[in-house]
Amino acid sequence: MSGASPDDPRLDRRAAMRTLLETRGDLLLVTGLGSTTYDAAAAGDDDRNFYLWGAMGAAAMIGLGLAVAQPERHVLVVTGDGEVLMGLGALATIGVQRPPNLAIAVFDNGRYAETGMQPSHTDGGVSLCGVARACGIEAVFDIEDMAALKGFASRLHGADETLFARVAIRAEEPPRVLPSRDGVHLKNRFRRALGIEDG
Amino acid sequence: MSERAPSPGAPDWRDEIFAALKSADIRQVGYVPDAGHSRLIELCQADPEIRAITLTSEEEGIGLAAGAWLGGQRAALLMQSSGVGNCVNMLSLAKACRFPLVLLVTMRGEWAEFNPWQVAMGTKTQAALELMDVLVYRAEVPEDAGETVAAALDIAFNGGLAAAVLLSQRLIGAKRWVK
Repeated sequence: MSGASPDDPRLDRRAAMRTLLETRGDLLLVTGLGSTTYDAAAAGDDDRNFYLWGAMGAAAMIGLGLAVAQPERHVLVVTGDGEVLMGLGALATIGVQRPPNLAIAVFDNGRYAETGMQPSHTDGGVSLCGVARACGIEAVFDIEDMAALKGFASRLHGADETLFARVAIRAEEPPRVLPSRDGVHLKNRFRRALGIEDG
Repeated sequence: MSERAPSPGAPDWRDEIFAALKSADIRQVGYVPDAGHSRLIELCQADPEIRAITLTSEEEGIGLAAGAWLGGQRAALLMQSSGVGNCVNMLSLAKACRFPLVLLVTMRGEWAEFNPWQVAMGTKTQAALELMDVLVYRAEVPEDAGETVAAALDIAFNGGLAAAVLLSQRLIGAKRWVK
């Protein structure tokens, strides 16, 4: 497996997710199709996690709709490089809307981990931070170590502008931790956790 | 645009669609602009209770509407028939989670179409939606537009279903290419 040597300085994805959620408070979380969903489940299932098991490319836009609907809460989207590349236009849409309570963290291993570690465009030189900046997101963080990630995590609750982070993670596949795949259940429990009546 | 003029005294059908969105408490409207939706887009942009969000591609709207619902708001999406093709895989999100979803689709590629490139998707728009289990209603005349949109909003938000209203090219008026 490429990039998984012990001296690879990039972050462990599970440790990275734990760090983001360590002091989650009332943070609302959306994860993208693939490994970030397993990372969030491994960090601890929570009714305020909305996991995507499909709809590749939608994670950031779900975060936008949620952030607009819940202006008093902070919304964190954690997704992968392949997932965000599939919906790259969403960064332009978000860059124009710039909700102050939305943060997007992209776990970037330069690989499609789900399908056999094929290289993604970030491995081929595409800069997600560059894209985010070019789309008008001003608070952009290129995170390569734990100290920087902790700094980003500490900003999530008091942020007053849209945040974007690219988090360099190792290309490895830890044992899968699978949350519920029942989309109706995930949707309903999320809304209940926010005190929203069904219907 | 050679739009059909409303009969004297009758409200404009686009105003009636907007009234239906308002009475359904729609708070987010995502759209890729289309000439047939231009007035409705302006009405949404001007309303302080509606967040009008331009999308780069229609499929972004399916995620937007899902996020809105997760956060307790109702969304509606405006698009042209060609944009329906961009949504097909993303419609699985609405289906798998039973998110309510309302698409208002201005039709191209049918009545008096000038551009044959529009015909391929325009003639398959309804089939593509139905392939993904989206309920499809059509408005052919101005008198039906507001009521049909209201009905689609009801069925979508009452039942956690996806519904589309196709606003026919005859209703909107074929695009005039040579002025």
